[in-house]
Amino acid sequence: MFDSLQKGLQSAFKSLRGKGKLTEANMRGGLEMVEQSLLEADVSYQVVQEFMGTVTEHALGEKVLLSLNPDEQLVGIVNQTLIETLGPVDNSLPTGQDVNIYMMCGLQGSGKTTTCGKLARLLKKEGITPLLCAADLQRPAAIDQLHVIGDSLGVPVYSDRENKDPVQVCNDAVKKARADGNKVVILDTAGRLAIDEELMQQLKNIDRKVQPHQVFLVVDGMTGQDAVNSASAFNDALELDGVIMTKLDGDARGGALLSVKNVTGVPIKFIGTGEQLESLEPFRPEGMSSRILGMGDMVAAVEAAQELVSKEEQEKLEQQLAKGDFDLNDFRNHMQKFANPGIMMKMMSLIPGMGQMRELMGNEDHTGEIRRMVGIIDSMTAKERKTPKVIDQSRRSRIATGAGVAPQQVNELIKQFEQMKPMLTGMAGGSANDKMEMLNKMKEQAMSGGKMGPREKKGTGARLSAAEKKKAKKLREKDRKKRLKEKRDEKRSSK
Amino acid sequence: MAWNLFGGKKKNELAETSESDSSNPEDGESDSPAGDGGSSDASPADPTAEKKGFFGRFKQALVKTYSVLNTDVRDLLKNEGRLVDDDFLKELFAILIKTDMGAGPASKIRDEIKSQFRGRKVYMADFIATAKTTIREIMDQPERPIEYAESGPTIVMVCGVNGAGKTTSIAKLTNMFIKDGKKVVLGAGDTFRAAAVEQLNVWANRLGAEIVMGSQGGDPASVSYRAVEAAVKSNADICIVDTAGRLQTQTNLMDQLSKIRNVMQKVVPEAPHEVLLVLDATAGQNAISQAKGFSAAAGCTGIVLAKLDGTAKGGVAIPIRQEFDLPVKYIGLGEKEDDIALFNVDTYVDALFPESFGQE
Repeated sequence: MFDSLQKGLQSAFKSLRGKGKLTEANMRGGLEMVEQSLLEADVSYQVVQEFMGTVTEHALGEKVLLSLNPDEQLVGIVNQTLIETLGPVDNSLPTGQDVNIYMMCGLQGSGKTTTCGKLARLLKKEGITPLLCAADLQRPAAIDQLHVIGDSLGVPVYSDRENKDPVQVCNDAVKKARADGNKVVILDTAGRLAIDEELMQQLKNIDRKVQPHQVFLVVDGMTGQDAVNSASAFNDALELDGVIMTKLDGDARGGALLSVKNVTGVPIKFIGTGEQLESLEPFRPEGMSSRILGMGDMVAAVEAAQELVSKEEQEKLEQQLAKGDFDLNDFRNHMQKFANPGIMMKMMSLIPGMGQMRELMGNEDHTGEIRRMVGIIDSMTAKERKTPKVIDQSRRSRIATGAGVAPQQVNELIKQFEQMKPMLTGMAGGSANDKMEMLNKMKEQAMSGGKMGPREKKGTGARLSAAEKKKAKKLREKDRKKRLKEKRDEKRSSK
Repeated sequence: MAWNLFGGKKKNELAETSESDSSNPEDGESDSPAGDGGSSDASPADPTAEKKGFFGRFKQALVKTYSVLNTDVRDLLKNEGRLVDDDFLKELFAILIKTDMGAGPASKIRDEIKSQFRGRKVYMADFIATAKTTIREIMDQPERPIEYAESGPTIVMVCGVNGAGKTTSIAKLTNMFIKDGKKVVLGAGDTFRAAAVEQLNVWANRLGAEIVMGSQGGDPASVSYRAVEAAVKSNADICIVDTAGRLQTQTNLMDQLSKIRNVMQKVVPEAPHEVLLVLDATAGQNAISQAKGFSAAAGCTGIVLAKLDGTAKGGVAIPIRQEFDLPVKYIGLGEKEDDIALFNVDTYVDALFPESFGQE
């Protein structure tokens, strides 16, 4: 689904790209694609309409129509508008009071309890030990769940299994926090299915009698058009202070966030990206915008890469690169890190435009490829690894035999290494911006056909049957005629 | 004519809803079901229709979808029909999209109306007939309860994303089976989420089912093995195995589902007889991706559409049916243990569109 839309948008833009000049009609086609894409991302219909109004205004301006890369311009406009709509950013958790009360609310199964744990972990990292309060008295074992989470974090949990009144439980928790000196109390309230009066009344009661300083709405990232309804109901009842969207580690595009933001107008604080308690990220509109548009997330890709290599290793590498003594040994070590299955795919899915690349590679076992590269380097002598230039024909065939590959593959590897070296040198020491640029360059290279690993050894292919040859010829001929016709048309129209 | 059914009594309502709709259409929906019930007792959307048995309950669950579609469509068509032009089609599309049925089915219905009525006036009855036929065509499926094993216990595996409502759905299924006089063994295979085992245990005690539990963080495959084993030993009719919530993109967790399957087969070679995917009815288009991912990993045989009463939509069932050969077997209607019903296309479509409401 996700991929097919990304492809759809890309092909729409490609069709725009083909046209030298952009007319308003062309642009409308592109805009329709954007609209479709937003709808498929579960942005609510009204919000899409409003949003497209803004985008259309910009897109049909003279500047875009005359620009050289209208497709990029259009994506840029959409992206910018998304970022503006989703912003401004405010990831703060105010702790100004003696006891700060945070209240969590949301529909059933949106992830409130888990998010309580995640916030608690975040606060603890900052040196504040919060008190968790189990105010979900509806769901069986919700109290146990919060206790398990609290225990695993070493955070106290207040619960009262006898008490059936959530307001009283919350008040008792605040009292306890005051006595124990916990600076923050997090109230885990009950979720409900529908927005019903009873739930809202209960939440309003807690709101009125406990007076939380911050009210956070937890929204499931997979929610559809219904997001607007629930968000506005919660907002009307409680005056929200922030939104946390959960379950964004899957392929949900999280368009509901746009709807929620539009309806409530409160800042989006965090996004949940996994079941583990550390999977809570501060919200970045840039990343979310790319995600909604299906364009990948550059910053997250860089972060993923950084996670892979420890800081010391990175510093060592940067020093080596700066000195210019990055050799095949280092290359090998770093390649091996990428052999970790899934890592490459994860990174690729995060880099804009790499979606296509990923598809190209398909589900192929690229880790095998990396292992082969490592194997080739392992078959070299120390001297060869240090200075690959010494590898001549006889050395090459020795290495190839040793690694069980064709001699060309040894060549490919060395070529790869020579190409990577200046890029990696660029990555080292440079600012974050430089690094981004390098990544972009790498991407371009990858897109233009140069693959990261050695080129796969492909058979010359089975011989085509006569029928297949005929078909191929027909296609070529058709293509040629089409081109000729286009040329003629162009000439005619220019006359 | 059928559209007369809404004629008189809905007139004041129409004025109301169109007002609130124009200011904030989304807002209007959330409170309209209550309004429907209160303002006219003849209304099929009456929440007190609960006692009417299955058909009434089903409709009650879909009441919100009904109200979105109806107030909007009624608004769109007024009482005397409307000329089918671009504006009309655009509005129609918007209404259909709001049900979460997705752009595909929505444009299909729109195009159907367009090709049949372009440039003419369309009446409510025509619209309803066309829409119903189109959706029925897409959803085409007989009522599908669980298929029981020929002999021995029927093994049912339940999977889905986090927070979809797996455990609650299992409780409801269990309750239904026990009421049918079946003996049920539960396997608490969600060893990952904190207190998930306890949650199922509470239900098992409440409903009177046998339960096999593992420790938190334990191997879910071993729990399912023991659950199936216990079901065979105690000569149970049905064994339902819970699994931890996971996203369809988490490859290794998806592989774990296959492992659970394999392990069950060591006890009962044909197991699992049913693999039910629990989908949250409030979910948007991602539900399609879920259906795809879980079918690939666990070999789903059917869908439980949970939380159907909590959503104004329920339309998500349409694209899922369209893209996969996965029948919706049950729907979850509420928070209580007996809030579950067999999924029935005709009822679904009838509940979605108003025509048949006068028939009962």
